[in-house]
Order: sequence, then structure tokens, then C-alpha cells
Amino acid sequence: MGEDTDATSTLKNLGFLPDHNYVTEADIISTVEFNHTGELLATGDKGGRVVIFQREPESKTEPFSQGEYNVYSTFQSHEPEFDYLKSLEIEEKINKIRWLPQQNAAHFLLSTNDKTIKLWKVSERDKCPEGYNLKDEEGHIKDISTVTSLQVPVLRPTDLMVEVSPRRVFANAHTYHVNSISVNSDYETYMSADDLRVNLWHLDITDRSFNIVDIKPANMEDLTEVITAAEFHPHHCNLFVYSSSKGTLRLCDMREAALCDKHSKLFEEPEDPSARSFFSEIISSVSDVKFSHSGRYLLTRDYLTAKVWDLNMENKPLETYQVHDYLRSKLCSLYENDCIFDKFECAWNGSDSVIMTGAYNNFFRMFDRNTKRDVTLEASRESSKPRAVLKPRRVCAAGGKRRKDDISVDSLDFTKKILHTAWHPTENIIAIAATNNLYIFQDKLNSDMH
Amino acid sequence: MEVSAEAKRIMVVALGKLYSSRLQRGGLRLHRSLLLTRVMKSARDIYHAALATTDVAASECERRRTPETTAGPDGGKPELEAFRSPAPGTEEVAGAPAELRRLRPRSGAGNKENLNPNDPGQQSRKRRAKAAAEPDFLPRKKAKLEQRPGPPQQLVVTSALMDYVHCGGELVTHPAPAMPLQRAVAAC
Repeated sequence: MGEDTDATSTLKNLGFLPDHNYVTEADIISTVEFNHTGELLATGDKGGRVVIFQREPESKTEPFSQGEYNVYSTFQSHEPEFDYLKSLEIEEKINKIRWLPQQNAAHFLLSTNDKTIKLWKVSERDKCPEGYNLKDEEGHIKDISTVTSLQVPVLRPTDLMVEVSPRRVFANAHTYHVNSISVNSDYETYMSADDLRVNLWHLDITDRSFNIVDIKPANMEDLTEVITAAEFHPHHCNLFVYSSSKGTLRLCDMREAALCDKHSKLFEEPEDPSARSFFSEIISSVSDVKFSHSGRYLLTRDYLTAKVWDLNMENKPLETYQVHDYLRSKLCSLYENDCIFDKFECAWNGSDSVIMTGAYNNFFRMFDRNTKRDVTLEASRESSKPRAVLKPRRVCAAGGKRRKDDISVDSLDFTKKILHTAWHPTENIIAIAATNNLYIFQDKLNSDMH
Repeated sequence: MEVSAEAKRIMVVALGKLYSSRLQRGGLRLHRSLLLTRVMKSARDIYHAALATTDVAASECERRRTPETTAGPDGGKPELEAFRSPAPGTEEVAGAPAELRRLRPRSGAGNKENLNPNDPGQQSRKRRAKAAAEPDFLPRKKAKLEQRPGPPQQLVVTSALMDYVHCGGELVTHPAPAMPLQRAVAAC
């Protein structure tokens, strides 16, 4: 960690115009997700497109190209729609992508926008049948009278083609905006969560879903909190967690009742009365929740901190990490420019020893839970040439003592935010989405997990 | 007074954001609208609390002053004036919270979901096979905001907006939406 990290960078350019600051809004990446082996990396953007990267197999002859990610497939997952009943446009922005565990040669992923979840099949075709009896080379049906002999069609190798096809469309089940999807460990069901409800689906059934959480009050004026994220337990198919805008987490057991409004466990840290301000409620809203790979811990992110919770301890988190506490005195300005509503995601590494989350100015932070060391790194073209080692960054208070390369709080660029990050399931490879650019960093020295 | 000024600014900014969120693509975001509404309410409560303490302090001061008529006009006057100056301020701001109170039923969730507690569809929260079975997504036509009496309150809110426009923005961001706010307010 820290200065010991030898991270090399691979920049994937998805539409950045180098001569202008202008960024096409449709190219802004809205979600990043590795599959279960880490071989594939999917990104979704505001334009409704999904781009899948595949890791090249390591080659002994060309050491520098080992393990690089290249574009594997691109497809349009969602289109803008119009809800005629409410006179509302439904954005095509991909909110989340989740991979299904691989069960055959094809890969499957779920992608969702605000209202509709789709299951996509990604498969390879590298052979083509030739020598049909009833069809000619162009595919036209032959005249039967011209067929005088029979042949067995053979498969001939062709150039690799990656085909993507929609296998299921799960629609019309969400009145509010879908913020999370999570595949269950039973590999048969998954859940989708919007602001007020969580629905359980079977992957093969699209015309109905079960509502398992409903926090909508009878009178909307009494609404005090909404669901912000939800995830299934990695091993126990009956357990899931959802986070709220009030900073609480609820662990629910589907065996207890069909409607899991009543939680099994409620994780909540009492508010510190001395830290109360106008914006206390906004900054305590949990923007992301992730189970550890072990299933023993929960990682949550709110505006200023990342917290690790032990499932066995509900009254306070196990660890609290300050991501950018220097913003605490700037909350009023961040409220006015809307940054206080930004939703940062968080991630575990494969061994659950390091957590990672994004911040502003294209900075992202990693915290080692064991050594208690942390590092701030920057994802930008200027500061990281391909294959260069990333240099740790530091933010200092305005007017404070500045070392070389330090940046003052007032110089931070709040338009450059890293909301979406992902960590390879087993190796030290991370994917960072910085607006419309995707950065992939690999830790060459310490490829194995520590 | 600093607290109440900040509270007023926060309320005005929240209102502006709620208005402009209606124009947003993808419809009203419930989470954002809820947070804005709650911030606005807590700012309003703090503002009222701050006003109440200044009123109490003002009345106490005046009570203390009346027996001291011999204290000398110079000593007494500036303080009296100082305590009178918030009075027009209280009228101004009384306009803003009154406007907020009328806004509350609308901005409770910031969306078009009906606020009718007697909706039969919401009484029994059975699992539904399809969301289409629920009646709550049907739009309900709500009356527009009632007209605020008289121009003076409009002017006041705009002057508060001008404060916001001038004071905000230490951080490098997209330009503050001063124009849409003034248009939104004037449209009431």
C-alpha cells in the first residue's frame, strides 16, 4: 500500500475529445462491474450503451501485454422511453450492471435503467456452418429440383464474432427509480430495488415479480426515508441488506416473512449531536452498500466517510474511514452546487483487506484495514502515462503548509468526480470511471493478494 | 442573526432546486426531493427558532428600557433602533415561511404521487403481481400554487435570491442557475 504500490495504468478512451473540455453527456460512464472471474469488465454509460472489455491471456513472449483489457463487445442496452401515463421521459442511463455466474460457454449479465431490467447473453461464434442442402451460399432457398445429392454441412472456422442478444426483459415492476440489482447466490433469483420497494425476480420469469420490501407510507407526506441500495448476501440466499437515506442498514431474512418490511437486524450509528448541521441528514445518506466476499462484513459509503460494519454488531460500525473530511466545512457550497447529492460507490478487494472509494478531482482512495494505511491516487491523463507508476497525492487545507505536488482544498475540481469503481474479484486490478474515461490500474509487484 | 440568514438562504436554494428538478429529464427524483424538503423544513424550523429568540430578547430589552427613561436618549436610542430593524425583516421572512407552508403539501415528496390517505390501493400492502395493478401511478392533477398576495413578498424572495447569487460559488463548478431561479419565482 502507499508508496509500495507499483500500479501501472491502462487508459481506455471512450470518446474524450483531447482538444476540448467538452464531454458528450452520453459517454459518461455510469456503472462498472467485473464478472466473477475478472476476465470480463462491463461498463454502462448515460447513453444506454454497455461496453465489455476482455482481459488478454498473459503471454510469455510479450510481457507488457499480459493481462491487458481490450474491447470485447459494445451494444445498446436501453433506449430512451416515454411514459405516456405520467408524461415522463425514462432515461436510458444504465444504473447498474451485474454479471451472472458463468454456467456454460456464454456469459450473462443484467443491466438496468430507471425502470427496466434486461438480461443479456454474450456469446462467441468462431465457426460457421457451410454446405447446406436446402440453402445456397447467400442463404436463399434452393429450388428442390436442382438438388441431386446430399451433403453433410460442416463447421468452418471464421473470424471471432461476439454476439449479444437480449434474453429477458423485466419491465413494469417499478414505480420509482431503480437504484440497485443483485443476483442471488442461488443463481435462480435476483432482486431489484427502487426508492421505496424491493422486488424479487426469477431469472426465467418476466411477467411477475414478488415484492419483498415496501416502505411506502400510506400518506406520502409522512415519507421520511427512501431505499438507496440493496444487495444479497454472497452465500446465504435468504439474507439481503438494504440501506436508507437516513444512514441505516437493514438486514432482512426472507424466511421470516413474505414481506420483509420488518428487519432482522438494524445497523445504525447514533448521531453525534455536536456535529449536527443543516446538512447532517444529507451527508448521512448511504449511497452504496457492499457485502464483503466473506459475507461477514458490510461496507457502506456516505458523503464523507466509508464504514465497515460487522454483521454481528448493530449499534456502531467496526471501522470508519474519512474519505475527504476537508469538505466538512464546505458543505454549504457543496449543497449549492449540488455536489452534496453525489452518490459515491465503494468496493472491497478480493481478500476483504482493502477498501476503495472515489472522491473529487479524479482522486480515489484506498484504505488498508490491517495496516491502517491509506493512499490517495489520481486518475488522469496528465498524472499517469500508460505504464507509469501512480504517485500518491495529498490534499492540504487552504493556506496550510504545502509540499510539492500537494493540492489545496480550494483548487479541487468538483466536476471531476469518481463515483464508480470496481475491484477485480481475486487480483489487484481496479477499474476507475472518471466521467467518460475508464482507467484500469494493475499492481504488478504484488499481483497476489496480501 | 447569522444562523437565520443562513437558514433563509438554504430554504431559498432548496426551493430553487425543487423547482428546477421538475424540468429534469427522467422525472422527479424522489430521494433528492425528499432530502431537499427535509433540509428546507429543518432550515425553516431553525429560522423560526432563531426569530423567536430575537423576539423574546427584543421584548425583554424593551421591558427593561421603559423604567430607564432617565438613562439618557443617546444610550437608549441606538439599541432601540437596533432592535427595531429586525421587525421589517420579520415581516419579510414571515412571507417566505408562509409561502413554504403552502408549498408543503406539494413538495412533501416532490412527485406527482397522490397525497390522498384514503386511496384504497394503498390500504392493503399485499404483494402485487404487477405494478400495473396499483392505482398510485395515475397522475393526479394538483392545483397550481396559490397566488401570493401582493408584490412585496415577491421582491423579498428575489432579493434573497440575489444574496444567494452573489454569495455562493467558492468552488469551481458549473455556473449557478441564477436565471432559472428568478424565472421560477416570478412564475408563481
